[in-house]
Amino acid sequence: MHDVAAHAAHHAPPTSFIRKHVFSLDHKVIGKQYYALALVAAFVGMFLSWFMRIHLAWNDTAIPGLQLLSKTGAPGGVMTPEYYLQLMTMHGTIMVFFVLTTAPFAAFGNYFLPIQVGAEDMPFPHFNMMSFWVTFVAFLVLMSSFILGDGPTLGGWTQYAPLNAVGSVAGPGQGLGVVLWATSIGLFCVGQLLGSLNFITTTLDLRVKGMSLMRLPLTAWAWFITSCMGLTAFAVLMPACILVILDHVAGTSFFVASNLVINDQVQPHSGGSTLLWQHLFWFFGHPEVYIAIVPGLGIVSHILITNMRKPMLSHRTLIYSMGALAVLSYMVYGHHMFVSGMNPFSSLAFSFPTLVITIPSTIVVLVQVFSLYGSKLRINSASLFSLGFISMFVAGGVSGFFLAQPSIDIMLHATYFVVGHFHMVMGVAAMFGIFAGTYFWFPKMTGRMMNETLGKAHFWLSFVGAYCIFMPFHYLGLAGNVRRYSSFVDDFLQPLIPVHRFITVAALLTGAAQLIFLYNLIHSRFWGKLAPNDNPWEATSLEWSTATPPPFDNFGGKHPVVYHDPYQYGVQSSVGDYVMQTSPEQVKTESDEQ
Amino acid sequence: MRRKPILIALLTLLAGSSLMFAGTVSGKVTYTGTPAHQKAIDMSKEPSCAKQHATPISTETVVTGANNALENVVVYISAGAPDEGQVPTQAITYTQKGCQYLPHVLPMHVNQEFEILNDDQTSHNIHPLPKVNIEWNKSQPPGSPPIKEKYDKAEFIEVKCNIHPWMHGYFAVLKTSHYDVSKEGGDFKLPNLPPGKYTLTAWHEKYGTQTADVTITGNETKDVNFTFKATAY
Amino acid sequence: MAKFFAITIIIIAIASAIPILRHTWAPPEDISTHGALIDEQLSETMAEAGISFLAAQFVLAFFIWKFSNPAPDAKLKNFPGGAKGLVIAAFLVVGIEVMALGIFGAKAWANVYLTPPAADAMPIQVQAGQFAFYFRYPGPDGKFGATHPELINEGQQNYYGLDPEHDVDARDDIVAAEMAIPVNKEIHLLMHSKDVGHSFYVRELRVQQDFVPGLDVSLHFTATKVGKYEIVCTQLCGLGHYNMKAYLEVLSQQDFDDWMKKETAMQ
Repeated sequence: MHDVAAHAAHHAPPTSFIRKHVFSLDHKVIGKQYYALALVAAFVGMFLSWFMRIHLAWNDTAIPGLQLLSKTGAPGGVMTPEYYLQLMTMHGTIMVFFVLTTAPFAAFGNYFLPIQVGAEDMPFPHFNMMSFWVTFVAFLVLMSSFILGDGPTLGGWTQYAPLNAVGSVAGPGQGLGVVLWATSIGLFCVGQLLGSLNFITTTLDLRVKGMSLMRLPLTAWAWFITSCMGLTAFAVLMPACILVILDHVAGTSFFVASNLVINDQVQPHSGGSTLLWQHLFWFFGHPEVYIAIVPGLGIVSHILITNMRKPMLSHRTLIYSMGALAVLSYMVYGHHMFVSGMNPFSSLAFSFPTLVITIPSTIVVLVQVFSLYGSKLRINSASLFSLGFISMFVAGGVSGFFLAQPSIDIMLHATYFVVGHFHMVMGVAAMFGIFAGTYFWFPKMTGRMMNETLGKAHFWLSFVGAYCIFMPFHYLGLAGNVRRYSSFVDDFLQPLIPVHRFITVAALLTGAAQLIFLYNLIHSRFWGKLAPNDNPWEATSLEWSTATPPPFDNFGGKHPVVYHDPYQYGVQSSVGDYVMQTSPEQVKTESDEQ
Repeated sequence: MRRKPILIALLTLLAGSSLMFAGTVSGKVTYTGTPAHQKAIDMSKEPSCAKQHATPISTETVVTGANNALENVVVYISAGAPDEGQVPTQAITYTQKGCQYLPHVLPMHVNQEFEILNDDQTSHNIHPLPKVNIEWNKSQPPGSPPIKEKYDKAEFIEVKCNIHPWMHGYFAVLKTSHYDVSKEGGDFKLPNLPPGKYTLTAWHEKYGTQTADVTITGNETKDVNFTFKATAY
Repeated sequence: MAKFFAITIIIIAIASAIPILRHTWAPPEDISTHGALIDEQLSETMAEAGISFLAAQFVLAFFIWKFSNPAPDAKLKNFPGGAKGLVIAAFLVVGIEVMALGIFGAKAWANVYLTPPAADAMPIQVQAGQFAFYFRYPGPDGKFGATHPELINEGQQNYYGLDPEHDVDARDDIVAAEMAIPVNKEIHLLMHSKDVGHSFYVRELRVQQDFVPGLDVSLHFTATKVGKYEIVCTQLCGLGHYNMKAYLEVLSQQDFDDWMKKETAMQ
């Protein structure tokens, strides 16, 4: 491997509070900062979804106190159509970018990738610090749109053109709101580009002696693959955001066609292309959903292996499948645009890779599920959430069969079927991955255990609740329930309103269950049971062989040497049925790599 | 500050004395030619509104009455009147009912507060399109409180509902409290004018403006009539 | 705990499938000539997706039931055939399944999008704008009048920006807020957006197509059943998106002619 000694003294532990906890160069602190940001963002996003759900179920009912958030958006607490869309846009943007991208990838990846490869830190700590703080500023910019101008943009997290580019004539929030949105997302892209750069170089260049690529744990592989996607996907979205801002402030017309008439006024734009935005956005957007879910696949596999006490049926197959997902994710983005007015031949061309991508997804699930066969499965909060992840990933994944086909998409496009699909497969499944990772790594990050009883309660309510919320979304979609409606005024939607009420009740309860998690997290952080040792789960990878919490340079000045494949379980060693990657002990393996 | 009550007393006296010699301008607004055909409005998109109209209502760009009367013309004192700067205190309302603005043209004084009400079972969106005042765009779901607004610059402002594109009206924000809108029969009346020389302006949303000079010398009623030339398209 | 979890997964899986099997919430009856293929594709996909979903959940539940809390002397085992068998199964079963879906689905798609409209198809223009559809029929002369964006005036109901004063073709154009079509007659729908992106969705017709500002797209379809249906917008277009709708009246030829007379009188 590489000369790690050269990095030995590249930075000394900081002493001041600011350098230690605020502008820290330590990847572990940055990881925790990302986690905290994702936590705040997740709860903001969840509260927004509560308001939306209440409004959808009981449309003209005043929500007490909502007028305090926005006097014009909710006069007397009754939500206006535009405020619904504004909350919806913010919910989607916050969740996709600031939760699903930051928590499994930037937060856990930052904390554990360097440790798992045996490095002291990332190769570019200043970039790493910048990555977080740019993302933090991006979040503040996005939140500021709640109080500036006439509120956040109402164009949805996909911000379709030309609604996003014609300015405030198109509705409240479409002026300043869009500029703030595009600024925030542009900054976010910068943050993730810097992060991806660090992740890739960490994986390729900072592995310790003995850590060959195939000896990397599945989590490290997942983060590496994700960062490769991030580097290319965010590099496309960022310029697209800049072009939108230029359409607003510089009088350009990248995304606005000629002769558009709004409020009886011909708009002063000409010559732009509406579909250009969709191409740019989905070229980012589809890899983005894999950016959200691939780290989850890695985390869940990592946790299940530890709790099954045996490796996955094939380490390499999982790695190649995740790699195939990443490559294919760039060839399928047109399936978001089947009915967009793009050439109908392109729809067919995008349909086939989309159907093909089910093959690596199926392989991942099959390998995970069939690895359970003959295992010694331990049930705890982390493994429950991992198993729940698989169940959700399958449930949300099979609806992809429908949406991959342009002919069926004619029926289901822009309905709640799509909403159900992506909430299950990249929303709930990815959240379950985050929860599993939290319960699993919490003792390493804090030196304390999370409360298992509360963790299991949290799991049961979330698992059953998530199905109650998102399964009916599919049924609504089959009946043609259009998404992004602030109110259901069409005749054919009237019989569906009771279903929406059921979903709302389920969403409120499931949301409330997340408060259990919040309590557990905060309480355990300060008053939880102390972790019994450095390796409470009897795991093998490098993060469990160092002190708890890990010292500033991760391994206390030593450079670990790796002797084994990452998941040596089911062996007879001096410590039990496993041998750690750093242990020089030679053991006979019961189940060898295929 | 102490001078203020005295000032008000003086003003009241002045206003009172001028009232004793108040003149009135009244008249009729008519048209010549053939006005454009007003299309019937199909509200089938909003059934709760459509069923409020037994026969479909028509557009209100040009509303005419018997004997070539022209309605919805704002007649006001555009010059010569002492701008009292007194904002009328009575509340004026702009009601959305049956997906129609009542009244079609709402005259008001600069800085006068007005209320917008939603009498329908559907959300409305009120989007006035001012050129010199500050633009806003607000929705009003059924059951939400009245929207209270005012404008601080004189202007004729087109009002649209973004949810129901056929809904169309005007705010006439005026720098005087002497105004009227021609009613059925084209009649208007501006009472309580103190003696003086005035310019009277009549404004119609499609046919533009006309002016007339009038002098009030005492307690009298002066007749001023306006005639607009209508076009078929 | 693990056994309870396994049972929960089974219950959820079965409960999820019941509304599908009972067609509690299903697409409405198809009234188009091209929809049968789409419906067939949908039900085949539903069968395959449903079986995959149930099989995966059942196997997951079964393994959780069987292999959690093992006896202390339990031995680790690997699934016979290992990953290789699974990969082959995935390629063969899922691969063939999705390819079949793709090929048959392509036929259903081509049926709608890759065929030209008949020469005698009836042209109707639909213009989408925030937040209503307006439909234009060419009138007796069979010609659509030219549109002038600067003349668009919604207050005067000139939604298309027609100039009847100077343009003879425009004088007899019929502009309506609802779309009436004769039954069993092919319609050639010319789609134009006035401002931002919108979409034209009629569930019963099995039709959904976005309006692209700056790019006029066209669709063709034939309705086979008289009735009143809803046209809704499915592309987020602004605050009134939820309220952007119109009615589609599929009428007998006689009723359609009467409707046309009534609309002509309303112009």
